[in-house]
Amino acid sequence: MLEKNALLLLLLATVTILVGTVVTMVVPFKWINDPKLAIASVKPYTPLQLEGRDIYIREGCNNCHTQTVRPLLSDTERYGEYSKTGEFAYDQPFLWGSRRTGPDLARIGGKYPDAWHVKHMKDPQSMVPRSNMPKYAFLDRPLDTSLTEKKMQALKFPYTPQDLAEAKGKTELAALVAYMQKLGNDIPWRQANKAAVVGELKNPFQDNLSVLPEGKALYKEHCAQCHGDKLQGEVGPKLSDMDKPDAQVFTTIFSGSPNAGMPAFGDTLGKERTWKLVTFLKHQQRH
Amino acid sequence: MNQPEGYADDIVKGFLISSMVWGFASVLLGVLISLQIAFPDLNFPPYFSYGRLRPIHTNAGIFGWGIGSFMAFFFYITQRLTKTRVWSHGLARFQLWLFNIVIALAAVTLLLGMNRSKEYAELEWPVALLVVVLWVIFSVNIMMTIAKRREEQMYISLWYIVATLVGVAVLYLVNNAMIPVSLTKSYSAYAGANDANVQWWYGHNAVAMVLTTPPLAIFYYFLPKSTGVPIYSHRMGMIAFWSLIFMYLWTGAHHLLWTPVPDWVQTLAMAFSVMLIAPSWAAVFNGYFSMNGQWHQMRENYLAKFLIFGITFYGLQTLQGPSQAVRTFSAFIHYTDWVPGHVHMGTLGWVSLVLFAAIYYTVPKVYGREIYSVPLANLHFWLAVTGQLIFSITMWIAGVQQATMLNASNPDGSLHYSFMETLIELYPYWYGRALGGIIYLVSLLIFLYNIGKTIAGAPKAVAQNA
Repeated sequence: MLEKNALLLLLLATVTILVGTVVTMVVPFKWINDPKLAIASVKPYTPLQLEGRDIYIREGCNNCHTQTVRPLLSDTERYGEYSKTGEFAYDQPFLWGSRRTGPDLARIGGKYPDAWHVKHMKDPQSMVPRSNMPKYAFLDRPLDTSLTEKKMQALKFPYTPQDLAEAKGKTELAALVAYMQKLGNDIPWRQANKAAVVGELKNPFQDNLSVLPEGKALYKEHCAQCHGDKLQGEVGPKLSDMDKPDAQVFTTIFSGSPNAGMPAFGDTLGKERTWKLVTFLKHQQRH
Repeated sequence: MNQPEGYADDIVKGFLISSMVWGFASVLLGVLISLQIAFPDLNFPPYFSYGRLRPIHTNAGIFGWGIGSFMAFFFYITQRLTKTRVWSHGLARFQLWLFNIVIALAAVTLLLGMNRSKEYAELEWPVALLVVVLWVIFSVNIMMTIAKRREEQMYISLWYIVATLVGVAVLYLVNNAMIPVSLTKSYSAYAGANDANVQWWYGHNAVAMVLTTPPLAIFYYFLPKSTGVPIYSHRMGMIAFWSLIFMYLWTGAHHLLWTPVPDWVQTLAMAFSVMLIAPSWAAVFNGYFSMNGQWHQMRENYLAKFLIFGITFYGLQTLQGPSQAVRTFSAFIHYTDWVPGHVHMGTLGWVSLVLFAAIYYTVPKVYGREIYSVPLANLHFWLAVTGQLIFSITMWIAGVQQATMLNASNPDGSLHYSFMETLIELYPYWYGRALGGIIYLVSLLIFLYNIGKTIAGAPKAVAQNA
């Protein structure tokens, strides 16, 4: 019968398609973004952050970067606390992406100081050797704010004239960095997750010169971008005559120093490699 | 004008030529962006950077090449299966113009950075609106032709065509709901995890309603036409049809495993993805069993080779897809190069091989010519398959390697590799992928040359029925 009745076929095909649609796409609206899942500390974007987000969209950053940390060890150890539904309540559109050609950015906010981002965005390879990210130096141009207020109204985000003024006279790059610094930072996960260093902080490689080449390589890969090739300091302070106990140097590298803009490297390096780095740094200081 | 039985085949010709142009553009861009990943200095921002070009590559491929040739074949097949001339020739001609304008507008606006960011639904609202107009007039024209048909029975291909028309309409309208800010800027009407769930309901069913049901309609029509053997089981085709269009719509969230969309949505998606193996393989078996006693045609008939390799890649694709939709495996390979490897087996292997066969069959028919060169078509076939396999296999190995490195840990529980340490190991694979793409591009040039020469060739002495 269906082979002969086109209208019936059309109707039945429509109904068939709609079953799964309703169950898995329409019904979840009742659960997702439920007030119970809201997180009070998650705030809407400010005008400057929103403009930055629109630049992120315009340049198609989501083609290479995801914005969801999955509750899997390789994700949480690398990027931080796993992503919660409530954190995305103001994301129209969502920007979770589908491919990590570059790293996930859901927890990038607060990881590096602004100056790091600016340098990196203009010339990624200068900060991360062998990175394949395109250069975005052209973003160092005035930000167009003619639509900012309309955008805030369209999304029903609260703002004050002061907020709007804050976005004026900025560069596109500054807006993008403002957006990235907010990412994943609305919940206090960094404080909560701060790696507690347990046990005795004793350098297992003290005076072990054989680890120096590895320490030097680690420095070149992870530290030189901010502290300079010769430890002379750039974005971060100079390290060439650092006079601090091994345990303190270890703690700073391993857990970071958020207020000073120093990222935590414990996740990336682990204890052993951190100690090798400490040994290298301390060895530089002696000469 | 050679229009046997009064069918409006100028429309078919127009869409075929347009789709081949867009398809070539898509592969060319694909090669360029694959090189940009391997050699970042090939990015020339603002316009010619990977982030802006990749959506043009996917849109030109899926909508320009895919939808363009589906429109050609839907007009070709529908007219013949209904023994009826297209309902409105004028509307179809308008549609051809509008189609090319929309794809060109899409390319230009995406280059300018007007982008909604949702994958395969990137176009800003004025262009998206034109897409809706395009689809409505196309659907009305095809449905009216079916309604006025002179052949009572509707062959399975028509079923898939009807499902495509409805499916695409529902998907596109829902996922494009937006809040406009200006002519060139809008925001999604949904937020966060809701937006993600809607997007991947759309995204995966674009695979269903654009990259599965239309090529199946084409496969079911052109396999018997090309080989002279009937489809093994019409009934199996019908059962597969209903279960396919029922189950597909549940599976979108397998793109969102381990993300903050509700677990039960993910679990349903996982289960239905695995169940989809059955209807998918019903089509594969239908293809294989039809060839019973006719396998020698794989040697003698280049069209059979394209079609059977095409349906074989479909079979492999629909085994690999469900395996990726399982949580444990997804945890491992999601977000790595494995996935582009998977996608390109579907697009370059399954969809394009079937389309090549259909074009090789149709062009001589609608132009009243003989195919210019069968040896060139064979060369095209082998280069296309080689290029595609190099591409996909390289990416699978790259994906598994990176996933392994990302998961490696030290005895103290910390991760062994930084992200960058895993990335720099991918460069050799990216060179390999670009090589695969270039081989595929060369195969495409041979194909276009062959088709061009066919069209320019001398008319066939004896007019034949299409």
